[in-house]
Amino acid sequence: MQHLKPAKSFALAAACMALFTGAALADPDPTAELVIDGELHLVTRAPSDDITPYLPERYSGWLFRSEGTRDIQMDDFENPGLLTVDAGLAAWETAEGTAGQSCQDCHGDIEEGMAGVRAVMPHLNADGDLRSMEDYINTCRTERMGAEAWGWNGGDMIAMTAAISMQSRGMPVAVEITGDAAPYWEQGRDMYYTRFGQLELSCANCHEDSFGQMIRADHLSQGQINGFPTYRLKNARLNSIHNRFRGCIRDTRAETFAIGSDEFRALELYVASRGMGLSVEGVAVRN
Amino acid sequence: MTEVRPRIRLPRRASAGDSIVVKTLINHDMESGQRRNSAGETIPRQIINRFTCEFNGAMVLDAALEGAISANPYIEFEALVDQSGDFVFTWYDDNGDVYTATEAFEVS
Repeated sequence: MQHLKPAKSFALAAACMALFTGAALADPDPTAELVIDGELHLVTRAPSDDITPYLPERYSGWLFRSEGTRDIQMDDFENPGLLTVDAGLAAWETAEGTAGQSCQDCHGDIEEGMAGVRAVMPHLNADGDLRSMEDYINTCRTERMGAEAWGWNGGDMIAMTAAISMQSRGMPVAVEITGDAAPYWEQGRDMYYTRFGQLELSCANCHEDSFGQMIRADHLSQGQINGFPTYRLKNARLNSIHNRFRGCIRDTRAETFAIGSDEFRALELYVASRGMGLSVEGVAVRN
Repeated sequence: MTEVRPRIRLPRRASAGDSIVVKTLINHDMESGQRRNSAGETIPRQIINRFTCEFNGAMVLDAALEGAISANPYIEFEALVDQSGDFVFTWYDDNGDVYTATEAFEVS
């Protein structure tokens, strides 16, 4: 395994499969099919294009996980993230704040009002500023509902983003990266290829050059964010995209950007664009 | 705590006389009584202390739950189904609340 070169040196996806199957643990399986409850087929492999010239193919992080972990996500009864989704669905219908309104009062049923939202996040607002789903939720809360803003990483916020993300499950990631969004996308791309921290690692060093290989006891994925918020077995809760970014940058022994910072919004847009074509997985299950 | 909502998962089909896997889950904090709040006061215990499953009136499982069981208790067991009928699941909360769920099951 150590003798294999980084994935980008392989021209053919078939070679990447050899990289997978040649691993000491044969658990990651690029041919696995992600089907929720035997009904909903999700796209876990998508063709690469100009956005990701160094990726032979786009892989959902689900393919890199062990069979046991993959199975949990295939069954909504077993997926513990669905409990948090339920909490978010209840909050959707609950009136809060001085205006006495709930999300439902303006947006209607979440199944209709929020379908497709996760797939296009982050997204430019009316002023042309890049905003994440958390920002839109808090804008609604403070400006329309007269309620307190939620913390980016708090349980209430994660439950709401989970409930909203579920309404896009199965839809392809399709963020807007041209026009006014282009400067943000370029900022994110520059961050992706910038080495951070004492270990001098960029996102690309692990998630582009070395996906499929081992990082300590774990298989490196491509760092796709189509499954967020993601239930991690590691901390037994749903995790936000920015929280995951922070953890990754921290592990390079760098001072990280703040959760909810402009830098992370830009990185979120760029990383989301690297997963275009993959299905939104609602609440994924990972290590 | 959000509204308590029991979840049941039964197999899609089974023949009379089969043993089927029954999965149940209920969202509940299972407050152990061991923790303290930010003011240092003990948070009183509030757990699901008993779970039962009946099939056509016959007891399948009657379980006592204790304080060390984690939140959102997931209980999986096997049940023999010799005919079609109704499963009735009941959870007993320390605060006196009783949550029930009923699932019809048909054998082929």
